[in-house]
Amino acid sequence: MGLEVVVRRCLSHPFLSRWSSAKDGGAAGAGRGGAGAAGEAAGPAEREQIPVLQTNSGPGLTGIMTIAAYLVKQAKKEQLLGSTAEEKAVVQQWLEYRVTQVDGSSSKEDTRIILKDLNIHLEDKVYLAGNVFTLADILMYYGLHHIMVDLTVQEKEKYLNVSRWFNHIQHYPGVRQHLSNVVFIKNRLYTNAH
Amino acid sequence: MQLRVPVRGPAALKVLAAAGAAAAPVQLVWGGPSEPPRAPLRPPWAPALELDSGTVLFSPNAICQFFFLTRGDEPTDLSNQWLEWEATELQPAATAALYARLVLGRTALEAAQGLGKLLTHIEQSLARRGAAFLAGDTPSVADVVVWGTLFPILQDENSLPSELQALRTWFQSMTLLEACRDAADSVLMPKALLEFKSYLQKQPPPCLAMQRATSNEPEEEEGSERALTEEEIAAAADAWARGAAALPKPWQPQKPVLPVEGMRNVLITSALPYVNNVPHLGNIIGCVLSADTFARYCRLRNWNTLYVCGTDEYGTATETKAVEEGLTPQEICNKYHTIHADIYRWFDISFDCFGRTTTPSQTTIAQDIFQRLLARGFLLQDTVEQLRCEGCQRFLADRFVEGTCPFCSYEEARGDQCDKCGKLINAVELKNPQCKLCRGVPTVKPTQHLFLDLPKLEERLEAWLEQSWATGDWTANARYITRSWIRDGLKPRCITRDLKWGTPVPLDGFRDKVFYVWFDAPIGYLSITANYTDQWERWWKNPQQVELYNFMAKDNVPFHSVIFPCSLLGADDNYTLVNHLIATEYLNYEDGKFSKSRGVGVFGDMAKDTGIPADIWRFYLLYLRPEGQDSAFSWSDLMLKNNSELLNNLGNFINRAGMFVCKFFGGTVPNMVLTPDDKRLLARVTLELRQYHQLLEKVRIREALRCILSISRHGNQYIQVNEPWKRIKGDEKDRQHAGTVTGVAVNMASLLAVMLQPYMPSVSLAIQGQLCIPPDSFVLSHDFTCTLPPGHRVGTVSPLFQKLENDRVEALRRRFGGGQAKQTPSASQPPPAPETLMAPIDSQRLQELTQEVARQGNHVRQLKANKAEKAQIDMEVAKLLELKKQLALAEGKSPEVSVPKGKQKK
Repeated sequence: MGLEVVVRRCLSHPFLSRWSSAKDGGAAGAGRGGAGAAGEAAGPAEREQIPVLQTNSGPGLTGIMTIAAYLVKQAKKEQLLGSTAEEKAVVQQWLEYRVTQVDGSSSKEDTRIILKDLNIHLEDKVYLAGNVFTLADILMYYGLHHIMVDLTVQEKEKYLNVSRWFNHIQHYPGVRQHLSNVVFIKNRLYTNAH
Repeated sequence: MQLRVPVRGPAALKVLAAAGAAAAPVQLVWGGPSEPPRAPLRPPWAPALELDSGTVLFSPNAICQFFFLTRGDEPTDLSNQWLEWEATELQPAATAALYARLVLGRTALEAAQGLGKLLTHIEQSLARRGAAFLAGDTPSVADVVVWGTLFPILQDENSLPSELQALRTWFQSMTLLEACRDAADSVLMPKALLEFKSYLQKQPPPCLAMQRATSNEPEEEEGSERALTEEEIAAAADAWARGAAALPKPWQPQKPVLPVEGMRNVLITSALPYVNNVPHLGNIIGCVLSADTFARYCRLRNWNTLYVCGTDEYGTATETKAVEEGLTPQEICNKYHTIHADIYRWFDISFDCFGRTTTPSQTTIAQDIFQRLLARGFLLQDTVEQLRCEGCQRFLADRFVEGTCPFCSYEEARGDQCDKCGKLINAVELKNPQCKLCRGVPTVKPTQHLFLDLPKLEERLEAWLEQSWATGDWTANARYITRSWIRDGLKPRCITRDLKWGTPVPLDGFRDKVFYVWFDAPIGYLSITANYTDQWERWWKNPQQVELYNFMAKDNVPFHSVIFPCSLLGADDNYTLVNHLIATEYLNYEDGKFSKSRGVGVFGDMAKDTGIPADIWRFYLLYLRPEGQDSAFSWSDLMLKNNSELLNNLGNFINRAGMFVCKFFGGTVPNMVLTPDDKRLLARVTLELRQYHQLLEKVRIREALRCILSISRHGNQYIQVNEPWKRIKGDEKDRQHAGTVTGVAVNMASLLAVMLQPYMPSVSLAIQGQLCIPPDSFVLSHDFTCTLPPGHRVGTVSPLFQKLENDRVEALRRRFGGGQAKQTPSASQPPPAPETLMAPIDSQRLQELTQEVARQGNHVRQLKANKAEKAQIDMEVAKLLELKKQLALAEGKSPEVSVPKGKQKK
C-alpha cells in the first residue's frame, strides 16, 4: 500500500467528511456506537453515528479522532500529528475542539461563537497549530465545510481569518476530495465591516 | 510554563495529576472565579496552560497529553480512543452528574447511577482486556483523564455499584497513586466542590441536567418516566421483604427539645407575623405553613427539631392602632396575639413554641446584643433632623405626622408615604406638618440617633455568606436579593426610634428612645426560645451542632441575610447563624392582591368559616406554594384540585385499597406472592419516594407533594390494570393475584399516610386510624417496605375527602370578593345564600349526610366498575340522588340546582 494511496483513502473516507453519513468502504467499516459508547449520554446535539474502524488485529477503533490518527500513522505521515510535544498537544486540542464544539454545535449562536473564536485564534497563524499543516486542519475543514458553504459574502468577510484559512486548506493538495469548492471573493466588498 | 486555574473546579484535578505524574515544572496560579478566561474557547472554569513559547492550551485533556508527552509517553491508539471517548461521551454526562450531585443534592451513588452505561463501558473494557489500567499495565494519560473526571463525582470507590468490580479496583488504585492523591489534596477536594457548587449555582444548568427536578412546571407527563433497571427492581423487592423491622424506630424528643450530641439538630424559624394584622393566605403559605411542613418532615426523619415562631409586637403600627382603638399597646397585642394563635392552631401548625416579642427576655437579649455591639465599636452616633411636637414633648416618628405632600399637594399625606401619589416622603419635607396626636404644629429639631456600622461589618458578612452559600440551601431569590443588597454597598443603618412602644435603649442620652423594629424583631427568635427553655443558648449559641432554617417571604430576605447576621457577627458571641434561607415569592388572590381594606381575599380567621377543612386548605396552599415564581389562589382551581387530585386520585386510591381488604379478605391483609410486574411497581414507588426525600431535603415542598400524587396515580393504574375485584372470583391463581394486588395497594396506602403527614396531618391520622398502621411504622425511610404484613387487621375504612360543588365554591368566591365575582349574574341565587350555607344549623346531620352521599357514590362507582346490572345501578343512583337532595337542603341550597346536575353527570 503506497503512502499516497492510504492518505488519499483516509482523506476521502466518508467518516472524515461528515461522520454522520458513514458508509462502508475500503478497510473501514462504519457501525453504530461501539462497545456501548453511544447511547444515553449523547452530547448537546444528538451525536449521530460514531465511526468504528475494524482492523485485522484487535477489537477495532471507535471515534473519528482515533481512527484518523491511526490511519495517518499507517500512512507514515506522522508529521500530520505534530513533531514536538507542544505541536502534538495542540493538534490533539484542535481535534478535540472539532469533535466536541464543532460537532456539538446545534444553533446559529453556537456556530457564531465557533467562528468568532476561530477567527481570533487564526489572526496570527497560517494553520491551526501555527506554521505547520496538520490533521487538525484537515478534520476542521471537513467539520466546517457545511457551515462555510452557507455563509453570506458579508459573513465571510466578517470572519476574514477563518475564510483565509479555509480557502487555503481547501486548495491544499488532496484535501478537498468530493466536497464542493467554497468561493471566496478576493476584493473586500464591505470595507467598513471588520 | 504557567498553569492557570481560575476556579478550583473539577477540571483542575486531572491536569494537576498529570503534571504530578510527569513531574512537569509548572508554575501554578490559582485565580479567583471572576478572572476572565485565558482563552476564549472554553468555559471560564477550565484551566489553561501557558507554554514558554506563548502557546496556550485550553483543553484539559490536551494539557494532560502534553505532560505525558514531555515525559516521553507517546499516545497509543487505545489512549487516543479513551481521550476521545472522555471528551465526547463521559464529559457531558459527568457535568450533568456533578450538577445533580452538587446543586440538586443527589448522593454520590445516585450520581454514579446517572452515568449508567458509561461506567459499564469502563468496567467491560477493563474486564475484557484483563489489564490493570485502561491502556495497558501502567497508568497512562487515559487513566488520569478518566479518573480526574470521575473523582469529583464519586470521591471513593464505595460510591460505585458493587457489581462493577473491575472499575472499583481500578478507581481505587488510581486514587492511591501519589500524583492523584497530591492533586486531590491541592485542589482541596472535597472543599473545592463547595466552591465549585457556588459557582455552578450562578450558572445556567447544563442542558443535560435540565431534567425533571429543575422544572418548575406543575404537571409531569406520564410518558416521561425513566426506565427502571433490573438492579433497582431487585433492590426494591429486597427492601420490601425486610418489612417494618428495617425501619428506624420513631424518636420522641424530650420536652423541652434541646440539641442532642450526635443527632442532626434542626432549628426552624418562621418570620414573625406582625401582630396587628390578621394574616391572609399568602402570609400563611409564605412562612408559617411552609416551615410547619418542613418541621413535620424533619421529625418524621427522626431529626431533632425545634420550630419556633411568635408575633412581632413592637413598633409604630401597634402604637397608632392602640390610639385608634383607645386601648394600650399591650392590650392591642394581647388581643391580636390570641387571634394569631387561634388561626395557626386551626391550620394545625406544629410550633414547639409560639411566643411573642413583648417579654422581659426580649429586653434582656436585645440589650445584651446592643451592649456587645457598642463595646466592639460597631455603633455610630449621628444627628438627624426630625420633627418634634412641643405639646406632646416628643420627637415624632414618621407615622405620627401628617401634612401636605411635597410632590402632589395631597393634604393628608403620612410622614413616610403619600397615599395619593404613592411616593416615599421624608417627614421633614412635609408641608404644613401636624402632630397626629394633638394636632399641634411640630418643628424641625436635631436629635441624636444610633446607627449600626454595616460597612465595618461587611467583610465578616461576606466571608460568612460565602461559607453559608457553599454549604447551605438558599433559595435562588434569597441569594439574588442578598447579592443585590451587597452590590449596592452597605450603609450605616439607624437602630433607634422615637417611640415608647419598644425595647428601651440602655444608654444615657437615648433613654427616651427604643430600638427600631428591624433590629429588634429577629431577636424575637432568640427571646421566644428563651421563654420556651432557659437553655435557649444551646440552640442559639451553638453553630457547631445546630442547623438553622429561616422561612420567610422574599420581602424579608435582607433583614435575615444581611442586617440580622451583621448584628450577630458584630456581637461576636458564637451565635447560630442561618444555614438555609428559604424565601417564597408572593401568592396573589384570584387576579389581584389580597387587600384587607378592600375586603378582597381570604384571611386566616375566615378560612374556617368556609366549612372547608383545614387540611384541604393546607393541601391547596402547599400545592401552589410560590416556590420559583408568584402564584395565584383561585377558587375554581381549589375546587378542581380538591375534586381531581384529592378525591379522584389520592382519596380514591387509599379508599379502594382499604375497601378491598375489608370486602374481599374480611379486613385481614392477604398473602402476597410478588410477580415481576408487582416488583416493578415497588421500584417505581421507591423511585418516587427517593425523589420526595431529595426534594424535601432541599425544601422544595411544592414539588415533593407531586411525588405523593404520582404514587397514588401509579396505585390507581395498578388496581385498574389488575382488576382484583374480577380476579377474586376466578381460580386459585387469580385469587392469589387479587390478594397480592390488594396487599401491595394497602401497603402503598400506608406509605402514603406517612408521606402525607407533613402536608395533611389530620388526613394522615385518619388513614392511620382506618388502616390501623402501627405507630412504630410511622417514620420515613428511603425504602418502601411492607409495613402491613399478611394477617394485619385493618379498621373501618371510609372516604377521606368530599367533593366541592360548583355552587358552593361560587358562593364562596362572591363572599370573598375578587375580580370575576362581580360579573357573575346572581339573580338565580338569593343574596343571603352564603350565610345560610355557612350557618351550621345541624352540623352533625350535615356530616352524616355528606358521609352517606360519599359512601353511596362509592357504592355506585363500584357497581359500575364491576359491570353490575343496569337495573341495580339505576336503583342505587336514584338513592344517591335522593341523598344529594337532602344534603343540599341541609346545606341551605336550592335542591333544584343540584339534582339536575347529578342527572347530567351520569
